[in-house]
Amino acid sequence: MKRILLSHGAGGREMTALIDEVFLARYGDPNRVGDDSATVLLGSHRLAFTTDSFVVDPLFFPGGDIGRLAVAGTVNDLLTAAARPLVLSASFIMEEGLEISVLQAIAESMRVTAAEAGVAIVTGDTKVVPKGAADKVFITTAGVGLVLLPGVSGAAARPRDEIILTGSVGDHGTAVLLAREKLLDGEAIMSDAAPLTGLVMNLLEEGCEIHAMRDPTRGGIAAALNEIARQSQVAMEIIEARVPVAPAVAAACEALGLDVFQVANEGKMLIIVAPKDAAKALFIIRRSPYGEAARVIGRVLDAPPGRVTVKTVIGTARLLDPPSGDLLPRIC
Amino acid sequence: MKFIDEFRDQALVKDLARRLGALAEGPATIMEVCGTHTMAAARFALKTILPPSVELISGPGCPVCVTAQSDLDAFLALGTEPQVVLVSFGDMLRVPGTHTSLEGLRAQGAAVRVVYSPLDAVELARQTPDKHLGFFGVGFETTMPATALAIQTAAAYGLDNFSVWCVHKTMPAALKALLAGGEARVSGLLCPGHVTTIIGTAAYDFIPAEFGLPCAVTGFEPVDMLLGIESILRQIKEGKACVDNVYTRAVSVPANPRARELLAAVFAPDDASWRGLGVIPGSGVKIRDSYARFDARARFPQVWERLTPPPPSPCRCGEILRGVMRPVECPLFAKGCTPAQPLGPCMVSTEGACAAAYRYER
Repeated sequence: MKRILLSHGAGGREMTALIDEVFLARYGDPNRVGDDSATVLLGSHRLAFTTDSFVVDPLFFPGGDIGRLAVAGTVNDLLTAAARPLVLSASFIMEEGLEISVLQAIAESMRVTAAEAGVAIVTGDTKVVPKGAADKVFITTAGVGLVLLPGVSGAAARPRDEIILTGSVGDHGTAVLLAREKLLDGEAIMSDAAPLTGLVMNLLEEGCEIHAMRDPTRGGIAAALNEIARQSQVAMEIIEARVPVAPAVAAACEALGLDVFQVANEGKMLIIVAPKDAAKALFIIRRSPYGEAARVIGRVLDAPPGRVTVKTVIGTARLLDPPSGDLLPRIC
Repeated sequence: MKFIDEFRDQALVKDLARRLGALAEGPATIMEVCGTHTMAAARFALKTILPPSVELISGPGCPVCVTAQSDLDAFLALGTEPQVVLVSFGDMLRVPGTHTSLEGLRAQGAAVRVVYSPLDAVELARQTPDKHLGFFGVGFETTMPATALAIQTAAAYGLDNFSVWCVHKTMPAALKALLAGGEARVSGLLCPGHVTTIIGTAAYDFIPAEFGLPCAVTGFEPVDMLLGIESILRQIKEGKACVDNVYTRAVSVPANPRARELLAAVFAPDDASWRGLGVIPGSGVKIRDSYARFDARARFPQVWERLTPPPPSPCRCGEILRGVMRPVECPLFAKGCTPAQPLGPCMVSTEGACAAAYRYER
């Protein structure tokens, strides 16, 4: 590993190795759990803290834009720690020559998304680099939230828990790819980019026993489920036929040779819930506009630790492997 | 999805699996020639429902995998020529050449573009007249017509900044060489449905005639593949061998005449070098002289001349491609060789036998 490759940014094995070898080896907390948000104790409050950068190309795509992604992405990462999102920062690296009207449209989209998510954007930064030193605009957001239910973590899934997915998979990655490559014109595929504050707050306020949450972004549900299985040292089984996929997304993935389970989502949550509360949680999730298509897609098993399997539509069982390499750069 | 969901029907699959159980007698090793078959078999875990005496092995039908190391090295070397932009299908990006890969070359600053169609490369050439777009023409009869069309389109535009590094291969000659070699012990072949839509079923007639082996041309959904296996097992049981077409919804007789005309206009038969199989006479194509200005080998002879033969590698992909070793039998499988750190193409390509085994069957 001598140079950074696009694969290092894809959310798969290469990225994990890079983070381990370069960053965690130098300043990682040995007790870290490896969730999407860190949590820190401040007096009697536990805060969730996270950051995320957005480099999507194109800036505007069906169903969203880089601004909506930048707010929703960080909000959803805070939510995975069962935290109420409070405040965000937003920093912009802009390429010389970017039209101000484009920036205004992005900022307006961020305002609307932040209002929907119930967060305030309270600080930020701008930098301009010469033409060619960046592509139009890159955005970094960071967020702070107040943890409402301590202990929710990718490391806290338990055997017999149910795995809920809040809606269809593959929409965001497919929508961005088709918009960028101008493929399959006429297919109405929209990104699912959305902040899930309402959906997750309802669950927490009604006292569901949630053990783990993860938003299946880069690497799709394949990456997210493998991460949780590894962190929690449990096995998982999902039922392919129960995973909702929009017909146009399924057709696009077939045509392009993509595994829809590995394609990015930006408005979905995987929620691992105690079996006694699964039905209740599903009912609550379906009340949210972003959770109407929620399903229980599988369950957590004892062993072997870290292994995720899929029961296929024809009734056989196979491995659900995390993605490796990257054919879909700059999807978020 | 129409024409897909019906062929993934659980009840139908169960019924077919039962029928296979009744047909299977002695041990049968069936080679799925096409990489897409390999991936479909793994993705649906088909091997777990076959009768225990029936084994499915992968053949030389992954175009990325069979691309010779020297051909890949040559294309990578083309990227160091001034003003050249390398254009490839995404599958090829991470395949390791002797010194680097397309992905590695791109990280070092070379211009590498990924396209879904060779016509996109022609479009790039139109948009950037100051660059030369070199397309890596990889693939069997299924992708060849698209490359031929791209060359004709570039000619129609009068472009001078587009060429193809042509390593396209034809399936029947390779199968003949493989079977004549006698190394791979197979009882029948699942022939590639998509290739056959172009070349027609008659292209495989030599297999039953010369080698006495049953063939079934089939599609890529579980039901298609099981129907193909059923046909082969039935032929074995009845002691006969023919080319059976069970993919009638796509493969018609005669096959696609327009595509064949297009291929004949742009390409002429040639020898080709295969990873694992060596040079097979008549198993490839070259760009006809009338289109020589779109032939990267003719345009950039210096690239080919300064190339040194690849040094020996521990990679055992050749044996995998010949069907004499299973992926899990390779001493490097999931140890020295993984999708993140591949030593050979079979672990990289989405149609590679090792990638399929690593992703779905460990």
